[in-house]
Amino acid sequence: IVSTFNNYNDLYPDWTQREVSTGTTIMAVEFEGGVVIGADSRTTTGAYIANRVTDKLTPIHERIFCCRSGSAADTQAIADAVTYQLGFHSIELDEAPLVQTAASLFREMCYRYREELMAGIIVAGWDPRRGGQVYTVPVGGMMTRQPVSVGGSGSSYIYGYVDSNYRAGMSKEECLKFTAEALTLAMERDGSSGGVVRLAVISEQGVERQVILGNQLPKFSTV
Amino acid sequence: MRLANTSVAVSDERAHTAQSLSGDAYATFIHDLYVEFLIMDSHHSYSQVKGVSTGTTILAVKFNGGVIIGSDSRASMGESYVSSKTINKLIQVHDRIFCCIAGSLADAQAVTKMAKFQLSFHSIQMESPPLVKAAASIMRELCYNNKEELQAGFITAGWDRKKGPQIYVVSLGGMLLSQPYTIGGSGSTYIYGYVDAKFKPDMSLEEATQFSTNALALAMGRDNVSGGVVHLVVITEAEVKHVVVPGNKLPKFHDE
Repeated sequence: IVSTFNNYNDLYPDWTQREVSTGTTIMAVEFEGGVVIGADSRTTTGAYIANRVTDKLTPIHERIFCCRSGSAADTQAIADAVTYQLGFHSIELDEAPLVQTAASLFREMCYRYREELMAGIIVAGWDPRRGGQVYTVPVGGMMTRQPVSVGGSGSSYIYGYVDSNYRAGMSKEECLKFTAEALTLAMERDGSSGGVVRLAVISEQGVERQVILGNQLPKFSTV
Repeated sequence: MRLANTSVAVSDERAHTAQSLSGDAYATFIHDLYVEFLIMDSHHSYSQVKGVSTGTTILAVKFNGGVIIGSDSRASMGESYVSSKTINKLIQVHDRIFCCIAGSLADAQAVTKMAKFQLSFHSIQMESPPLVKAAASIMRELCYNNKEELQAGFITAGWDRKKGPQIYVVSLGGMLLSQPYTIGGSGSTYIYGYVDAKFKPDMSLEEATQFSTNALALAMGRDNVSGGVVHLVVITEAEVKHVVVPGNKLPKFHDE
């Protein structure tokens, strides 16, 4: 819940009274051998775009990332806390942490402080035990594993597209194309999503990141 | 006066009368007031979804030689009761012109009844079938001039001799817009990405039918106030065909 003063007059510009939000589109897809994650790059304070090149794909551990949506402050704080906890846990264990552990830590925090927080997070990564995994922790603090997950304000517009285009057993390149196209469609319709598309592939080999700039985004027929 | 969690404006005399009542008489007074409130207020649709669209998914798409207009078949009261599983939301306003409604059913029925009458009158005066744009214009006039009271938007689609197949959308405040394809209702948010990606101008009838059925099925799969069967009406120069796709014949997607 964004707290605002109901002070709609021209003396105070909109952005001085609105919380900074990552009204956003985020997505993660599992494939054989890893995961592909993606996000748009817009952070808004009301109608003002505070950051048009945001990086919403945050590393939590070497092969575990999270995609952040909701309040920018809340998600940054949670991600920092989980990064610390997971790092400590990994040292104790003396091996790479499980993606499920990271997701569980997010869920603990998001559920315990559910009244104070506004955070929708997708946790994705690769671990040696279970390979590529995607866990979603939406607002409210539930956690569930899904082969493909979308989140943020722009996600509503692409449920139909994702439902119809996802197939189990896609290759890494097919997943990258699928994610880029879905994010582009959402960015076109959602005012709070836009900018560039940031993608990352997480696998046993490590993390490969890429950026697709505005003029290189996939184009869809009619315009 | 406060009624449950709502404030209702009543005339001074009524409020004054209320003060002198007690016990059963007062309870009856409040009950009568509540019933009146429900009737007066029944055209407002309470929905958690963006805007004031009620549970529905509607669409219209132009193809080579005609238009397809389609909808789901669920009517819901609130978010948890389905009052009808098989309602037809596609209303014929003339031989080759259909409308579908997004918003309050009551308002929509009132507007389409009026539009049907005005359109047939216009058609008789002009001694020729009406233009789709004329039908859409009539809806727009009604929506714009009564924008304070009404909460309904329309998709008007059809075929006429002058411009062939056309689709017009009249939104809540009374804007009129012509589009090659359009979607509406609460379920439409989930299929914006799908229709933006899949629409091609000048599709064949089969492609357009598949496009519409898929889009409606996807929306019905994600929106809990859309559902039932898919109603499609195919309008071409030659004929008007009503197709119903029942639940078990709907396309299934990866997680079903």
